[in-house]
This record gives sequence, C-alpha cells and structure tokens, in this order.
Amino acid sequence: MEPIIPILEFKNTCVSYTKQTMAVKYVSAAIERNTITAIMGPSGCGKSTLLRAANLMHELYPNIRVDGEILLNGENILSMEPIDVRRRIGMVFQRPAPFPTMSIYDNVLSGYTLNGIRLAKAEKDATVERCLRSVALWDEVKDVLNKKGTFLSGGQQQRLCIARALAMKPDVLLMDEPTSALDPIATAHIEELMQELQREVTILIVTHNMGQARRISSKSMFMYLGELVEYGDTATMFSNPTDERTRAYLTGKMG
Amino acid sequence: MKVRTKHRLIKDKALLWGVCLLAALTAVPLIAILGEVLLRGYDQLSWSFFTEPTPTAYKAMKAIEAGEPIPGGIANGIIGTMIMLGMAVMVAVPVGILCGAYLAENSKRRFAQVVSYLTDLLQGTPSVIIGIITYIWVVVPMKGYSAIAGSVALCIMMLPLIIRSTEETLKILPASLKEAGLALGGNSARVMLRVQLPAAFGGIFTGVLLAISRVIGETAPLMFTALGCSFIRWSIDKPISAVPLLIWEFFNDPNLQELIWGASLFLLLFVLSLNLLSKYLAKKWNQ
Repeated sequence: MEPIIPILEFKNTCVSYTKQTMAVKYVSAAIERNTITAIMGPSGCGKSTLLRAANLMHELYPNIRVDGEILLNGENILSMEPIDVRRRIGMVFQRPAPFPTMSIYDNVLSGYTLNGIRLAKAEKDATVERCLRSVALWDEVKDVLNKKGTFLSGGQQQRLCIARALAMKPDVLLMDEPTSALDPIATAHIEELMQELQREVTILIVTHNMGQARRISSKSMFMYLGELVEYGDTATMFSNPTDERTRAYLTGKMG
Repeated sequence: MKVRTKHRLIKDKALLWGVCLLAALTAVPLIAILGEVLLRGYDQLSWSFFTEPTPTAYKAMKAIEAGEPIPGGIANGIIGTMIMLGMAVMVAVPVGILCGAYLAENSKRRFAQVVSYLTDLLQGTPSVIIGIITYIWVVVPMKGYSAIAGSVALCIMMLPLIIRSTEETLKILPASLKEAGLALGGNSARVMLRVQLPAAFGGIFTGVLLAISRVIGETAPLMFTALGCSFIRWSIDKPISAVPLLIWEFFNDPNLQELIWGASLFLLLFVLSLNLLSKYLAKKWNQ
C-alpha cells in the first residue's frame, strides 16, 4: 500500500517577526483530507500566525520570516508563487470583508476577476448559484444579487466570503476565527455549514472558542507560546489530554 | 469645596467662550470677502456675461460715458480655463493616482520615501516658480505662449494634491480588504485596480475636485504660459485666456475695472460649489 500523502503538512514550521522572538516554533503536523481541524490556544500563542503562513500572508510583511516547510499535496508552498498557492488554499478572515464596491454576484466571482480568468455568462451564473447554495445563502439573496454585499447581515457577509473562497475550488480552506465577530445564531449557521463543506474541502480553523472546536472538529491542535503542544482526535483531547498545559487550558485554569 | 467647583466651572465656561470668539473671528474675513464680491459683482452677472468675450477698452469707455453697463463678458476666460483644466486633469489624474498607489503600497522603500518627500516639496513650491519653469520648458521650445503650456503648469500644481489624497485614502482602507483580495490569488496590481482603488474612489474623487478648485484661481503660472487672449479661442497651441488672467487684465485697465467683480464672483462661486460638492461626496461615500 502506498503511503497516503497528507493534503497539508507543516514540517518544522517556524515563523518569526523579529530575530529574537519566534511566534511559531518548529510546528510539525499533517492535516487529514476532508476533515475539520481546529487550532486552539490562548491569545498570542501563534495560532493565527501559523494559519496565515499557510496562505503565504506573511509575504505581505517583509519583516516576517517563515522557516521549515509547509507542504500542499507534498509540494512545499514556501517555494511556490503566492498567487498559485492562494488559488488552492482559500482563506476566510475574522471580520467578514466582502468587497464593498462589488455586488453579491461579483463578490462570489471576485476570485476569477482577480486572477484574470474570464468566464462565459452561463458559467458565471452556475458558479454563483453553486457557491451560494453551498453556503446556504442562495435562497436569501437570489433576488438581490446585484446589490452590494455590505447590505447583508454580519453572518450573511461571512457566508458570502466563504462562498467567494469556495468559488475557486480550493483544496484547503483556512478560517481565522470566522465566527468571533458574529452572534450565536449566525455562528450556529456557519458551524452547520462547515460540517457540510468538509465533504468537498479540507478545513483548518483557528478558534478561540473551545466549545466550537469540540462541536465541529474531528482533529484538534493545542498551541501554547508558539509551540504545538498536542495534536490528535478532538474527542480524545477533550476527554483525556496528554499534556498538563492542554488540560489546564481545557479546564479553564489557563486562558 | 463647593466654591472650588464653581470656580472651575466658571473657568471652563470662560475658555469655551474664548474659543468660540476666536473661531468667529476667523470666519469674519471669509464672510467679508464673500459679501464684498457678491455686492459688487452681483449686478454684472447676466447671460451675456458668460457668453460674450471681453469688450475692448474703447467699447467699455463709450459705455461708461453713456452711463450704460459695460458690454461683453468673460466667455473667453471661462473657455480657456476649462480647456486648460481639462487637459491638466487628463494627465494629472491618472499619473497622480498611480503615483499615490505606489507610495501607499511601498511606504517603506527608500525610493518611495524620496518621491513622497519630493511631492511635499512640489506642493510647497510657489506657483510663480512653476510658471517660470514651465515657460523655460514649454513656451521657449514651442516658440510661443499656448494653452498647452498653461495646462502643463496647472498639471504640475495639481499632481502633488492628487498623489497625496490617493495615498492617504488608500492608507486608511482596512488592511483586511487587501488581504482578502490577495487571499483569493489576485496579484497585487489586480487587487489594487479591482478592490483597493474602487474602495478608495470617494476619497480620490474628492481629492481631484479639491485639486481643481485649488488651481482654478492660479494666475501667476498662467501669465508665463497662457498669456491671455481677448477673444474666444478653441485652439490649444495659441495664447489663451483664463478667468484669473482676466481679473488681472481688468485691474490694469481703468475702463474695464468694473468687470473685476463679476469675474471674481464667478470664480469664487465655482470654487465654493466644487468644495461643497466634494464635501457632500465625501460624506456620502463614508456612509
């Protein structure tokens, strides 16, 4: 039997903002295909930094250094062109950020526009409908597709942003605390949606919310002060963490 | 204890009134200028004032002698101003926006810092110097004064204003917008063109309007470049008139001095409405 290549793998990944301080220290972890993996940890533990490195967001800020490897289907993305990587690894941010000057329709297709890919009208319509359906937004917005995305509620905007990322058919979807700016009902919607989505895309989500990690993910990582302390099945980690620090965090003794 | 509180409240009131008084004082010159120009220029404004060119001194003298209002108007100046502004805007807007976008995106680079500094210097350069430089650069090689030369001078004056407003507007856009665009795989040029610049449109447009209102009253640079012309002219390679140039000419001709106020009123109202329009648009855009 051939060894299975993980869809995304961190190998001794380090991220540093300055020469002295490392925000992420030698993280190694293989992400399984079509799962939801949650990254938990207290503020400043480097979880967002790690996630953003997988989308090469650090390339925007010349002072940030990434060492080690991040493999996408066995290929090191750190030596690939950012625009190629980002097409295959989508990202959803903490605050919903639909493009304010574009309509809902154009927002969904913005990945194509920004990549200079032209689609026929029929293809556009089909893509918009497919993506909005997969984020359960179609019925709510099908009559207002030409309105600006900023008129939607926060939860709807975030679902639009997920649809926008899905339009490019990425292999991996990175989500950086996607529900922290949303109310509980909108959060529940998005969590439900992620359960559906894991059939077509592998999701890596940073969350501050332990309950959320427990509800939606099958695998969990716990990071503390830049280190990956523990990585394993979510159920096992919550019931029987191996590391004392994980236990302290999960039982609320450390935040 | 109570007395102390009262004392402090009185001081607070006194300061408030003092500030209000000073604020009112600064408004006085503006209102006085507006009032003076309105009172003196108001009865000159008529349809023919905007459609007819400047009268000759002789015609004006005859009219004054007969006790009639001076015939003619400032159409030659309005048309000249519009032609030169139009040409200046066509060059200054794209160049200024691209330069501003570059500065906003690369503020840490040495070259960008130097350009940014030069922009500040250009903004502070006296307009008369820009006029004389344009004279050397454009009028001398072209062997004559022209609307082209005038528009070059105005363009140079507008550039720093447009560059700055573009840069500032792009810098205050949330970083999430740019990151979201890049996260979808767009290259930075496309993200700039499709996401950042459209989002900054309101601020940039306001900047362009303010740049126009800033240079429309420039007189000194046009004296060296456009020179002036007493009839309506549409060609861009010949001397041409402009409203501020006309005001200067009217001032120098005793027979035409009455026309100063109509021309000034026109210029003032034009600038004022551009400013109000840009304020309105900025407000609308920020909602």
